[in-house]
Amino acid sequence: MDQHIAETAGYHNAQWHDHGHHKESFITKYIFSQDHKVIAKQFLISGIFWAFIGGVLSSIFRLQLGYPDMSLEWLRPLLGGWITDSGKLDPEFYLALVTMHGTIMVFFVLTAGLSGTFSNFLIPLQIGARDMASGFLNMLSYWFFFASSVVMLSSFFLKTGPASGGWVIYPPLSALPQAMQGSGGGMTLWLVAMALFIVSSLLGSINYITTIINLRTKGMTFARLPLTIWAFFLTAVIGILSFPVLFSAALLLIFDRSFGTSFYLSDIYIGGEALPNEGGSAILFQHLFWFLGHPEVYIVMLPGLGITSEIISTNSRKPIFGYRAMIGSLLAIAILSFIVWAHHMFVTGMNPFLGSIFMILTLIIAVPSAVKVFNYLATLWRGNIRFTPAMLFSIGLVSFFISGGITGIFLGNAALDIPLHDTYFVVAHFHLVMASASFFGMLAGVYHWFPKMFGRMMDDKLGYIHFWLTFVGVYLVFFPMHYIGIAGFPRRYYSWTNFDVFNSFTDLNTFVTIAALVTMFAQFIFLFNFFYSIFRGRVAPANPWRSNTLEWSTPINPGHGNWPGAIPVVYRWPYDYSKPGAEEDFIPQYVPFSETMESNLPHENDQIALEKEEEGIVIDESSETTH
Amino acid sequence: MGTNIRLVENPQRPLSVHPHKFALWLFIVSIVMIFASLTSAFIVKQGEGSWLDYNLPSMFWFTSATVIISSVMIQWGYFAAKENQFNKLNLLLATTLLLGLVFLVGQWYSWVQLVAMDVYFVGNPAGSFIYVLTGLHAFHLVSGLVFLVVVLVGALKHRVHSRNLVRMEMCVTYWHFLGALWLYLFVFLIFYH
Repeated sequence: MDQHIAETAGYHNAQWHDHGHHKESFITKYIFSQDHKVIAKQFLISGIFWAFIGGVLSSIFRLQLGYPDMSLEWLRPLLGGWITDSGKLDPEFYLALVTMHGTIMVFFVLTAGLSGTFSNFLIPLQIGARDMASGFLNMLSYWFFFASSVVMLSSFFLKTGPASGGWVIYPPLSALPQAMQGSGGGMTLWLVAMALFIVSSLLGSINYITTIINLRTKGMTFARLPLTIWAFFLTAVIGILSFPVLFSAALLLIFDRSFGTSFYLSDIYIGGEALPNEGGSAILFQHLFWFLGHPEVYIVMLPGLGITSEIISTNSRKPIFGYRAMIGSLLAIAILSFIVWAHHMFVTGMNPFLGSIFMILTLIIAVPSAVKVFNYLATLWRGNIRFTPAMLFSIGLVSFFISGGITGIFLGNAALDIPLHDTYFVVAHFHLVMASASFFGMLAGVYHWFPKMFGRMMDDKLGYIHFWLTFVGVYLVFFPMHYIGIAGFPRRYYSWTNFDVFNSFTDLNTFVTIAALVTMFAQFIFLFNFFYSIFRGRVAPANPWRSNTLEWSTPINPGHGNWPGAIPVVYRWPYDYSKPGAEEDFIPQYVPFSETMESNLPHENDQIALEKEEEGIVIDESSETTH
Repeated sequence: MGTNIRLVENPQRPLSVHPHKFALWLFIVSIVMIFASLTSAFIVKQGEGSWLDYNLPSMFWFTSATVIISSVMIQWGYFAAKENQFNKLNLLLATTLLLGLVFLVGQWYSWVQLVAMDVYFVGNPAGSFIYVLTGLHAFHLVSGLVFLVVVLVGALKHRVHSRNLVRMEMCVTYWHFLGALWLYLFVFLIFYH
C-alpha cells in the first residue's frame, strides 16, 4: 500500500550501505561477512565456546573446593604441570582459574556473547533496517573480539599461566610481575586482550546506537520500539560511556607494569627491599575500574531484561504491563549505574559520609528493579501462558532477579557490606542476580530466536530437561553459598580445611560441587540440541511464536538485506496481544489500524486518517546526504 | 485525549543526520570519556597528596596557537569546498596538515622542556600524568592527520566538492574536536598542575 515510500527507504539503505546483490564466496559470506545476521551467529557461537571454557574452569575449582583431598591426577593430561606431584591442583593455578572464569564469563560470554549476538541480530530485524549503519565496522567489531579471544586463550599456554589476580586485576598484585606467577606474561596478555575487547565493544556500541537512531523504518517511533531494542540501545550507551574508562585504567596499569611509572604504586617493599615507586595510589585504580565495573553489570543485565520483556509478553499473549514504565526503569537503571561504583569499595577506608551517599544511591536502584519485576509478574498474571523453553528461561530470569536482587539490598548497606565483603555471600549474590539471570536471558533468547537464526526449531523436550536441570541446579549451587558467606568464608581461597571454623562446611561445599557438576552437565544437552537442530531440526514456520515484531515478517531464511521486497511500515506498538475484538490473539506491527476496525480503540481510529496522510510523504534522500 | 496521543505517536522520519556522522559523534563521546576519566584521576590523585609541583612547558602556548590556527584553516577550507574553489581547498587542507605536524613537533619539544625541568615520565605521578595526557592526545591527533590525508587525497582527485561533503565535514568536526580537546587539557593543566 505504501510501496513507493518503502521502496525509497530501501533505496536510501542501499545508498548508505552499498549493498551488492552479487554472488558471495564462502569467505565473504561466512567468515568476513558484513551481514549482521551472520556476525550475530559468529558472536553466538564464539560466546558458546567461551561459556563452555568458563564452565569447565569453574568445574575444576569446584572440585578443589568440594573435594579438597581428592587426587586430581586424572586431570594431568589436560592441565599438565598445573597438577602438583602429589596430585593436587597448583594453588597459583587455582587463582588463575578463578580469575579467568570471571573474566571470560563477564566479558567474553555475557558482554560479547549476549550483546554481540542479540544486538546484532535483532536491531536491524526489529526496527526494519536492511543492515547495521556500517556493516564494515560491524565485521571489524567481531574480528577485534576474535583477536582478543585468541590472545586471552593463548595466555593459558604460558608457562607462568594466565592472569591470576582476580578479574578486577587490582594493583599492586597485577602491577608487579614479581608478585605472583600470573602477574607476569599472563597479565600482559590479559591487558592486550582487554584492549582489543574494548575496541570491539566500542565499535559494536557505536554501530548499535547509530542504527537505532538513524535506520528505523517508517512509523517506527521510539514509543513503538520493542523493549529489546530499548534495552540494547541503553546497553550500548552505557558501553560507550564506561568502556573508555576501563581503557584509561588499563593504560595507566600498562605504564606502571612496563615503563616503571607509579600511578598505582607507592611504598612497596619486596623481600625487605623498597621499590623505587613513589606517590601512586592503588585506590585510584579501584575508582577507575569500578566506574566501568559497575555499569558493566548492567551491560550484562539489560539485554537479558529486554529479551525477557519480549518473550514474556509474547508467551503470555498479553501486552507487556507498563510499557513506558519498563522504558523508564531501564533508563533509571542506566543512569544510576554510573553513580554507585564506590559501593564496591566500602572497605577501602573511604570517608563514611561518602559511603552513605553511595549507599543511598545504590539502594535507589531497588526501585526501578522492583518496577521491572512487578511489571513482569503483572504481565504473567492471568495471561494465556505458553510454557515454551524460552518462556521458562525468561521466568527463571525473573526468579533469579528477585532472589539475587534481595541480597543486593543487604550488600548495598555499608554496615552490612563491611563484614560480608569478599565472602561467598557476595559470590552468591552476583551469581544469581547478574550471572545466572543474564545467562538465562541469553538462553531464552537463543531458544526464542533460533527459528529466525537457522530456519529450524530447537527440540522442546530437550529444552525442558535443560531448563529444569539448570534452574534447580543454579539454586542448589548458589543458595548454600549464602550460608557459607554469612559464616565468613572468604572468596578466592584455595583451601579452607586448615581453619577449624570452616571445617563444618565441608559437606555443604561438597554438595555445591555436585550441584555445579550436574548443572554443567545439563549444558551439554543444550549444546547437542543447538547443533543438532541447526542441521536436523524441524523446519520452522514463518512466525512460530505468533509474535508481533517485524523480524517474523521476513522470509524464514532471510538473505542479506532481510526483506526481499520493500521494508514493512510500522503502524502500532509491538504488544497488541489478545486485543479485545481482534480475530487473532496478535496483531503484528505492520498491520495498519485501517485493517483492524473491529479492535481499534477510539484514539486508534484517529490514527487511520494519519496513516493516509503519511502515505503521501516521500522521504527525499538526495538532500540528506549532503548536510 | 486524541490530539495528545497524535502528538506523541505521529509517525516520524528517522533522524536526518548522516549515520556515519552520527557514529563519529559517538566515537568522540568515547574519546571524551577517556580524557574525562584521566583528568578526574588526576584530580583524585592530586587530592591524595605527595604531589610534585612544577611549571608547565612554555611550548604549550605555541602549540595551542598552532592548533587554533589549524582549526581556522580547515574551516576556511570547508567554506572553499562548499564553493568549489578546489585550489584554495587543497592549499588549506595541506596547511592544516602541516600545522598538525608542527603541533606534534611542538608537543615533542614540550616534553624536552619537561625533561630539562627534571619532570620525567617515570617518577612522581604528577609528571607522568602530563606525559600520558599529551601523549594520548598526540596519538589521537595522529589519527586525525591520517583522516586529513585521506580527505586531502580525495580533494586532489576532485572528490570533495559542494555535492559530496560528508567526509570533509566529518574530518572538520574531528579536527575541531581534537583542537578543542587540547585546549581543554591545556586549561585543565594550567589550573590543576
